[in-house]
Amino acid sequence: MHELSLMTNLLDDAVSAANGGPVCALRVRVGPLSGVVVEALRFAFEALAPGTAAEGARLDIEETAPSFHCPRCGADYSTPVGSYECPSCGSPGGELRGGHELELISIEVPDHV
Amino acid sequence: MCETCGCGDPHNHPHEHGHDHGHAHGHPPPVRTLDVRKSALELNQRLADQNRGWFRAKGLKVFNLLSSPGSGKTTLLERTLRDVPCAAAIVGDLQTENDAVRLRASGAQAIQITTGATCHLDAHMVAHALEKLEASGLDKLFIENVGNLVCPASYDLGEDRRVVLLSVTEGEDKPLKYPVIFLHADLVLVTKCDLAAAVGFDREKALAAIRQTAPKAQILEVSAKTGAGLDAWYAWLAG
Repeated sequence: MHELSLMTNLLDDAVSAANGGPVCALRVRVGPLSGVVVEALRFAFEALAPGTAAEGARLDIEETAPSFHCPRCGADYSTPVGSYECPSCGSPGGELRGGHELELISIEVPDHV
Repeated sequence: MCETCGCGDPHNHPHEHGHDHGHAHGHPPPVRTLDVRKSALELNQRLADQNRGWFRAKGLKVFNLLSSPGSGKTTLLERTLRDVPCAAAIVGDLQTENDAVRLRASGAQAIQITTGATCHLDAHMVAHALEKLEASGLDKLFIENVGNLVCPASYDLGEDRRVVLLSVTEGEDKPLKYPVIFLHADLVLVTKCDLAAAVGFDREKALAAIRQTAPKAQILEVSAKTGAGLDAWYAWLAG
């Protein structure tokens, strides 16, 4: 449900980065620990983009996996959501390094050369 | 065939259009990529950091309480505010002042945030609630989030500690179904323990699910009704 307000922020940032020009595409990185549902984010984009400089733009979503660093054995590892045990030493959960992102990575704008 | 638009032209080449095609068609205009790298939660994070600074300046330790609706946040706080001195609460719901009224009966300050249709508290709402808080003489502030195990997980409010409640009536596998909120918990409180036998609560199964999804969290089992386990909760708050 909060995807609408988060997409509002992403669109505002995209429009402002385009500096008054049209936005052709947005690349957004979403981690599974961000608490955001990708389908809901896409729906929010379809609902909110019309009437903005990003109307008709493509939304590229890059999904990441939860990644951890194990403080006990030093391993860097990825896990599915909900099970964070270090596969090397069995430590119950390491330091979260990735998978919680929700960020606008880049936009595409017309290249006027 | 032209790879870009399928126009049937026999040539097939990287499209550097400095030459004459001999036909007209609409290629997508060339684009360039601009790096942005900005979190959708950047504004919330900035406001949460401001709240955190305010809390530190006032000497307040702040606890964000998260759970599904009906897991006993308000009942736990009613009791806690009676037993723990120098504490106050901010409480979020979609509608009504009911919870703040209940909490004020303890004698403590309680400020209600009504979010309308919003499914979580954010740092901005909390910042406005703080304008109404008389912070002198306080050393603890509880923020009772909107009952929801999904959206509140994404919003830092500036708290020191996150407490996630799981009542024995909810089902032992709830942490497995809503793992994100549990991952960020500093403490998981199993509440309504006085009802455990009546609902056939499988304690070991629930604890295993909590340990799996909240590997960093301490776990305490309490009943706000009988008072069981509350000493350990109060000791944790003071720690």
